[in-house]
Amino acid sequence: MTAVTAPPTKASAGPAPARRTARLRPVVRVLSLLAALGLWQLLTTLDVQLWLRFDQFPSVTDVAGEFGERLGDGAYWQDVTDSLRRITTGFLLAAVLGVASGVAVGRSRWAADLVGPVLEVLRPVPAIALVPVAILLFPSNEQGIVFITFTAAFFPVLVATRHAVRALAPVWEEAVLTMGGGRWRVLASVVLPGALPGIFGGLSVGIGVSWICVISAEMISGEYGVGYRTWQDYTVIDYPGVFTGIVTIGLLGWLTSTVVELLGRRLTHWLPRREGKATS
Amino acid sequence: MSTDTDTTVTAQRTEQSAPGARLTVTGAEFGRPGAVVLRGLDLEAASGEILTVVGPSGCGKSTLLRTLAGLLPALAGQVAQDGRPVTGPGADRALIFQEDALLPWRTARANVELPLAIRGLGRPERRARAEQWLERVGLAGLERQLPHRLSGGQRQRVQLARALAGQPRAVLMDEPFGALDAQTRAGMQQLLVEALAGSGATVVFVTHDVDEALFLGDRVALLGAGGLAGVRTVPSPRDRGARDDPATVALRHDILESLSPRTS
Repeated sequence: MTAVTAPPTKASAGPAPARRTARLRPVVRVLSLLAALGLWQLLTTLDVQLWLRFDQFPSVTDVAGEFGERLGDGAYWQDVTDSLRRITTGFLLAAVLGVASGVAVGRSRWAADLVGPVLEVLRPVPAIALVPVAILLFPSNEQGIVFITFTAAFFPVLVATRHAVRALAPVWEEAVLTMGGGRWRVLASVVLPGALPGIFGGLSVGIGVSWICVISAEMISGEYGVGYRTWQDYTVIDYPGVFTGIVTIGLLGWLTSTVVELLGRRLTHWLPRREGKATS
Repeated sequence: MSTDTDTTVTAQRTEQSAPGARLTVTGAEFGRPGAVVLRGLDLEAASGEILTVVGPSGCGKSTLLRTLAGLLPALAGQVAQDGRPVTGPGADRALIFQEDALLPWRTARANVELPLAIRGLGRPERRARAEQWLERVGLAGLERQLPHRLSGGQRQRVQLARALAGQPRAVLMDEPFGALDAQTRAGMQQLLVEALAGSGATVVFVTHDVDEALFLGDRVALLGAGGLAGVRTVPSPRDRGARDDPATVALRHDILESLSPRTS
């Protein structure tokens, strides 16, 4: 019998200069963030008015002070948990239903003919334009906001799943069929795992759009939540409060997309990746 | 080979009680509606034999194999296993593809475990059997590698292990070594013969390489552009040594002659 071939060794970490650059990357990232904050502080404290007017703009220190105060306030955390609860519910519903209908439309001609046209007509409608629909449909604002968040993420997930399912190599399915696997086995062992990289592309887009829509929906029809609070602060001309809201939205959005991103990377660890390649 | 492996082979032999399938093709027409590639084909693979099918690219070899697997319906005529018509794919007839058909998200072992899981075997047992098979094809130590970490030859070994682990009654092979370099290819042919020993499975092996067809086959079916150009029995015994006896050399010459475009 032929000799056993040695397992391929892991690619080494690369030459020294490359490793040094790799170690510098987090430093560069933090510096870039600090530079942006520094620029903001300069423009606002110097009351720069070069067509763009920074004289009314709160400075970094104003916002930081306000932020610090709010962190000790129960209402702030109530808003954060409200928004997070809405986006989590809406997004998870969208993930489950988006993947399910994407697989159905991608795999079955019947499903594609039955629901395809309806979906194609609804897809271009911005989720936020559905606020009146949500108000008509749902007994409470809360459910309406979740519905809008859901709609926002549903279509990117659906479209990404459909494409991923259609792009699967036919041999994978044929291999499972010739092992005696049936329809469900093909679904569980080939379609879902094979489509996962594409599905996560859709989920990443979806979580971003979901944030936009949950914040907008809260601004329009909300009862509490980060979007509602930010708009309230604007109506009473509390600019440091508005900026605290903006920063909060940014941080929460970054946090949720990171969760999706990390989960995706974990579940698709089998993808051939170039080691040390920039990923985010 | 160690005594250890020898007992494994014996174990597999006793466990594999079902004889190889007899595959028959009668008056069959293959291809897709509007693109028929083969008409009126009659061919039989006897139980336990290795039938190689040799012919130029585009003569319908792959289509024949997919129809035998049940992945494509015959447009006319009949494809049968032990007299019963083939209506769809199943675990009885494993297919080994030329292209890489391993599931890239499963390790080598998990790929080999798949047919066993489909058959309903529990995890410890299918794991043990998968490891046994990987060892048989010379991949001990690579069980936990993902396919993209393996070479082309190693991936084909995993495919072979995966197909045989399911204990099919027939193995259909579609130019499985076509993409490998000559040296790897020779090793794989030898390995295939060893791995099949004692399995009893019928093999239909499609190739465009006459030497490969002669090395592996008990019989060689010649498929030309016009359809079946004959079936030849390989004179030397199935001991898979060097086939350079005068009879085989003459047969090789005859096959090349029959397949050359001038005669068809």
